[in-house]
This record gives sequence, C-alpha cells and structure tokens, in this order.
Amino acid sequence: MKFGFSEEQEAFRDVLRRYFEDRSPTTEVRRLMATDQGWEREGWNRMNSELGLAAIAVPEAYGGQGFGLAEQCIALEEMGRALVCSPYFATAVLAASAIELAGSEQQKQTLLPNIASGETVATLAFCEDDGRWDIEGVALEARGDGTLHGTKSYVLDGQAADLVVVLARTPGTTGTDGLSLHLVRGDAPGLERRALQSIDETRRIARLVFDGVEAEPLPGAAAAAMEQVLARAAICLANEMVGGAERLRADALDYVGMRMQFGRSIASFQVTKHKAADMLLDVELARSAAYYAAAAHDEADDGVVALASLAKAGAGEAYVQTAIHAVQMHGGIGFTWDNDTHLWFKRAKVSEVFLGSSAEHRERLVAHWQD
Amino acid sequence: MTDFREQETLEELRGWLADNWDPERGLVEWRSMLADSGWGMPHWPREWYGRDLPVGFTPLVDAEFDRFGALQVTRSGIRMLAAATILEHGSDLHRQKFLRRIITGEDVWCQLFSEPGSGSDLAGATTRAVMVGNKWVVNGQKVWTTSAHKAHWGLLLARTDIDVPKHSGLSYFILDMQQPGVEAHPLRQMNGHASFNQVFLTDAEVLPEFQVAANGEGWNVATTTLMHERRAADSLRSWGSAGQPGTGRIYEEAQEEIRTAMAPYSWYPQRAGRVDLVMPRAHETGAIRDPVIRQEIARLLIMHKSAEWTAMRARTSQQRGRPQGPEGSLGKLASSNVARLAARVHTMVSGADAMLAGPDGPCDGTIAEILVSFPAASIAGGTDEIQKNIISERVLGMPKETRFDTDRPFRDIPRNTVS
Ligand SMILES: Cc1cc2nc3c(=O)[nH]c(=O)nc-3n(C[C@H](O)[C@H](O)[C@H](O)COP(=O)(O)OP(=O)(O)OC[C@H]3O[C@@H](n4cnc5c(N)ncnc54)[C@H](O)[C@@H]3O)c2cc1C
Repeated sequence: MKFGFSEEQEAFRDVLRRYFEDRSPTTEVRRLMATDQGWEREGWNRMNSELGLAAIAVPEAYGGQGFGLAEQCIALEEMGRALVCSPYFATAVLAASAIELAGSEQQKQTLLPNIASGETVATLAFCEDDGRWDIEGVALEARGDGTLHGTKSYVLDGQAADLVVVLARTPGTTGTDGLSLHLVRGDAPGLERRALQSIDETRRIARLVFDGVEAEPLPGAAAAAMEQVLARAAICLANEMVGGAERLRADALDYVGMRMQFGRSIASFQVTKHKAADMLLDVELARSAAYYAAAAHDEADDGVVALASLAKAGAGEAYVQTAIHAVQMHGGIGFTWDNDTHLWFKRAKVSEVFLGSSAEHRERLVAHWQD
Repeated sequence: MTDFREQETLEELRGWLADNWDPERGLVEWRSMLADSGWGMPHWPREWYGRDLPVGFTPLVDAEFDRFGALQVTRSGIRMLAAATILEHGSDLHRQKFLRRIITGEDVWCQLFSEPGSGSDLAGATTRAVMVGNKWVVNGQKVWTTSAHKAHWGLLLARTDIDVPKHSGLSYFILDMQQPGVEAHPLRQMNGHASFNQVFLTDAEVLPEFQVAANGEGWNVATTTLMHERRAADSLRSWGSAGQPGTGRIYEEAQEEIRTAMAPYSWYPQRAGRVDLVMPRAHETGAIRDPVIRQEIARLLIMHKSAEWTAMRARTSQQRGRPQGPEGSLGKLASSNVARLAARVHTMVSGADAMLAGPDGPCDGTIAEILVSFPAASIAGGTDEIQKNIISERVLGMPKETRFDTDRPFRDIPRNTVS
C-alpha cells in the first residue's frame, strides 16, 4: 500500500496552507459565520478558479482533475485546519460522489463539470428527522409518478444548494431494498427549506420538506452507491477533523509557551507537558488512521467501509478531546468568544455527531471485522 | 443532634411557617423575616441571623420549606461567598452592614480576584491599594469578574506591599462597585452569554473600615472565599432556584429576581452538565434502549451520586467541628468530571439533534447550552490542575513543586508576557 505523501502532494499541501492562511484567517471565518448563508459565492468561486478545489476528485472525463481521495483529503485537512467556510464538503464530497457513483453517463456529462468548476453548489440529502445515518431507515418516498414525498434533515448546506441529491425509497419497501437516488433543483416547486440553528456556526445544516417534488432519478443502484459515498464522506470528514485537531493542538502549545503563572512558564509544569504529549499522540493516531483509509480507498481496498468507520470514530474522539484540552490550557481566555478556540471546539462537537457517532462507527467496524 | 431534637426543631419550623408564610408578602419583606427568625440561614450563629444548627440540618429545613411551598433564601451566587468570608474574617461592622442584605438578596456581589496576569496564580495580583490621606486608593485591572456589571459590592484582593514576598503583600477589601473609579465591561463567552467582565479600577476608593482583616492578611482571607466557592461547586441546590412556582406577589418578585440579579447565573446549571435531564431525555429519544448508551448513563449516574455522597460525608465531618478545609477541592474536581461526562452522555442521547442549538435544539437549546458551557466547570473557581495540586500537596502531603516566586520580594518576580 502506498502510504505517505509524494513531493507533489506535499507541495500541494503547502500551497493550500498558505492560501487558506491568507484567505481564511479567523477574522474572515467570523465574518462569514455571521452571514445568513455562512459562506459567499465570491470566495467559493475564487477558491475554485484559483485552485480548482472542487475538481480534485472529479474524473477528468467529466471536467475534473481526476486525482484520488488522498489528494482531496489533503484539501479537507487544510480546510479543517483553517476552518474554511464553504460548501465544499456538501458539493465536492457528498453530491459529487453520489452523482459519480449512481448517475447515468449523460447525467455525469451534464452535472459534474459544473460541480467541478464550483458553478453548481450541490448537496446530498439522506438523513431524516429520526437522525439515523444508516440508509436503511430512509422513509422519504419516491412515488410512481416520479415525485418525492417526505422530509430530510441535517442536510449540509441544504438551504443554499442549487442542486440536491435525495435518497428515497419506493413505497412499501424496507431496509436497503427499494432505495433510489434523485436529483432535485434547490428551487423546485413543493420543496420547502429551512436552515437549522447549529452549534457550529461555521457550517450550515437545513431541514428539507418534499411535498410532491418532481425529481429526476439517478439510475445506479442506490444502496451500493450510498455505501461508497458514505465511506468516502467518513474518510473525508476524518481528515478534516485531523486538520482541525492539529490546529487546536498547535495553537494551545503556542499559548502555554507564552503564558506565565507562579513566576514561570505554564509550559514548564509537568502536567502541561504530559497533556501536550497526550494531545500529540491523539492527533497523530487519528491522522494515521485518516491517511490510511484514504490511501486504502484509492487502492480499491475492499475493506474500505470498515476503515472509513475506523478513521471516523478515531478522529471524532481525538478532535473533541483535543478541543477540551485546548480550552483548558487557555484557562479563562479559552472560554471567551473573542478567543478562537471555541470555533474549532464547536466544529469538533458537531463533527463528532455528523455522519454517525463514534459508537455507531465502532459498531460498524466490529461488524465488518468480527470474522 | 438526636432524632428527638430534630423532630422538635422541625415542629417549631412548621409552626413558624404556618404562622408567617404568605405568598402575598414582598420577597424582601419575607426574607427579612427569615433573617430575623434565623430560618433562612439556620447554620449561621444565632447572633447573626442564624440558629446555630448543624450544617447538615439545613437540607431538612429546606425540605420543610419545599413541602410548604414557601420560598427560601437563594443560597447561591457570589454574595454567599461574601457572607461566609465576612462571618469568618469580617468585623462586626461588616456583619451588621452586609449580612442582612445578602439574605434578602438586595445586594449583588462580585469577586475581584483574577487579573489578566494572574488567574491560577491569584497571589500574583498586581492591582495596588495605597493609603492616601484617610482612604485606600485602588488602581489596576480585574478580569472574568462574574456579575461585576450588576454588583453593588466587590470582594477585592489587592497588593498593599510589593517589597515583601507575594503572599505577604496582599490585603482584602470590600469595594463599593457603584463609584466613578470602577468600570465594568461585560465579556462575551463561548456560550454566547456575557456574565463575566473586565473591571477597570482607576483611583477607586475604599474606606479603611471596609478592609477585611489586617494588612498583609489578604491571601488568608481569599483562601477562605475560595474554599467556600469550591465547596459550592458541588452544592446540591441549584443556582437561582426560586422553589416551586406558585401564584402570588412573592413568586412574581422571585421570578423577576431570576431574570435580573441572578441572570448571570442562568447557564450555571448547564455548565454543571444537567445530569437531571439525562434520564428523561433518554426516554424521550429512545436512547434508553441502546445498550451502549445505557452503560454510559450508568457510569455518569455512579459518578454523580458518589460525588454527592462524598460532599455529604464532608459536611458531616464539618458538623463535628472541623473547619472547611482543602477537601473542597475533591468535590470541585468531581463536579468538573461529572460535567464533562454529562456533556458526553447528552451528546450520545441526543444523537443528530446534539448538533442543534437555540429553538431548533433539544429542550429549547438547553442541551446545546450544556455542550458549549461545560468547559467552564474545569476553569472557574480554580482549574482542575490547581485542584489536583491542592489535593496532592495539601491533602496528601506530597512534596511541593519547587517554587521560584515565594522567596523574594514581589517586585523581583518574572511577570507575564501574555495576558
Ligand atoms: C465562567 C467563569 C467565571 C469566572 N468568574 C470569576 C469571578 O467571578 N471572579 C474571579 O476573580 N475570577 C473568575 N474567574 C476566573 C477563574 O478563576 C480563572 O480563569 C482561573 O482561575 C484560571 O486562571 P487563568 O484564566 O488566568 O488561567 P491560567 O492560570 O493562565 O491557566 C492556564 C492553564 O495553565 C494551567 N496551570 C496554571 N498554573 C498551573 C500549575 N501550577 N500547575 C499546573 N497547571 C497550571 C491551568 O490549569 C490552565 O490549564 C472565572 C472564570 C470563568 C471561566
């Protein structure tokens, strides 16, 4: 297995890191998170015209750059690190994967180039009000006349997306039988969208009510496609979380190096050093799992679903723990709004839950590995 | 106290409540009666609004109030720390002037200890108090001061001598917060509330009789305040509770107090983790049927109950005459562990809903407030790390950290580069 980054990949990471340091300082994050949509077209377009980020993992045949998940995960790690406010995850991870894996040749020809260019902001609506992240509980119906009826919730950027890929089922079916994917325009008649207030103001989620919305089906087998889409998404989220955790870890380390109490640096207390060492261990283990899962995906490893869950569960715990330590190491300042730590703290709390809890992913891992 | 005397005392209380409780009284009027009768603070000395009853008896008194639907004194907030400190170290003038209005709730208090450069290291305070003519004149900056923007009085730790080692040069004052030299600017917290403040002291004045204990005794007095704060961290009574809601003028006034004077504490139950909400939420969401979550709920309840009983044991030993000691740090540490675990369990119980805040979030945003407030439990009132230092060095008698800041005049100690 190819595990570790090439010089080109490292160079790509350096470019992204500098770009986001420049374009997404926390002053900008704070400005964007206070807007209605949580991000702006202008910055999103610039990120795509200058760096082609939404195109990274889209196959070349459909206007993308044709790189693997490993490269996309480099971008996500850097975005997690800079807490970039954009519809990247919804568009380039969730929706792009679903269309690539379940779309017809013609749908891919029409839709993916615009997704790769960033012109179309898209998302995937699969979770519903019951908050289940597995696909078996889906209740939203695709009726014989091609219309959708039901509700989706916790939809990433669901309020702003131009295009929504919707997971639905044929009335009367259960489990993974009878599932299908559909395309709906964000402004389709009968679709009502409402932004939900999230703990994490840097990333938006919405509730979508479908009342007889006309939809275009994606012909691919939905259950199989969704398994791959969700595995990719978990790997991408794990890498994004690693980027955020690393940033929190490094910033907290900088802070304790500057702060004095009792006539000495608080970094000189052994308990601070041990905490810093624990944080490094947590982040590095999570990082290895996240990188490994991405590499395994690109080598078409057939155990990737389990590895995705391993990476997601590991990163989820590491991110939250790192965030708790980071606030603590700052003392009173760490609890203020003006200090940046809480921005990542809240992303950590939400990422821990998004796409399924660590407990759910651990269960999935054991289910795959038990025999 | 024998069971017989307990029964007799409770009998007396029932009679007193029957004769005096009236929901149409004003809140201050009622609490003045509690001050005079001693039923509001039964464990305080008789001569100072109490009844000299053992501390462990107070919950029985409160339970009787609850049964009656009568309001009790709100025993929370910094004002109770002020009362404990004044009872222990204050002069009779302080007791006369302040204790009654603490019981009635008419005065709001704040604790001016932490500074930008000294939080854990409180004895490193640089705010100066200098005697000019016949008054103390105070200059400096305090921070994280809860309620300062609403306070009438502040418990102030200030340096009166920089030529002696740090702990010896501190003094303790009661500062009038509503004078021109005191400016409080609320600071927004990560949970969106703004209950603590930056406080700028510019030639603020203190009359000599408002100094508590002697010059140079400030650290000793502050330690008393802190020990009470740490013990309060595990106190069973909730912050700003007004007892059961009822109808009548007094309940309206109590509600009004919660909305105004007690507002800075509105999120304190959430920062403690709201263990009380775990079971109802688990039933509501169905998480109660998930074996993994059941285990975590059990783990939380075991920790919570054991911490509660540890606090009760500590109180019993206090009744036997032992003073409030550093053991309070154990309770403080336990409650911060409980808060952290409770936030974790609430996240599991709420599932996807744990992402949602405000009116979209579970319990109208209360769960979200827990998830973004619990980190304060391990910082406010002394961090977990400081509690562990106190427990290991002062309770267990382990060797002290080598210190470089206690053997020389304060003016020669290295200071902060960031604050
Ligand atoms: C919600 C809230 C309300 C508050 N209300 C008040 C108030 O009303 N009045 C008031 O005076 N203060 C108040 N505080 C301040 C609080 O007491 C301090 O924040 C706290 O004591 C920590 O001090 P600091 O913020 O300066 O952090 P620091 O002391 O700088 O600590 C930073 C980190 O270093 C660690 N550290 C420091 N010294 C040591 C050591 N010797 N060994 C190991 N680790 C160490 C700490 O544990 C922490 O993790 C409040 C704080 C909060 C969060």
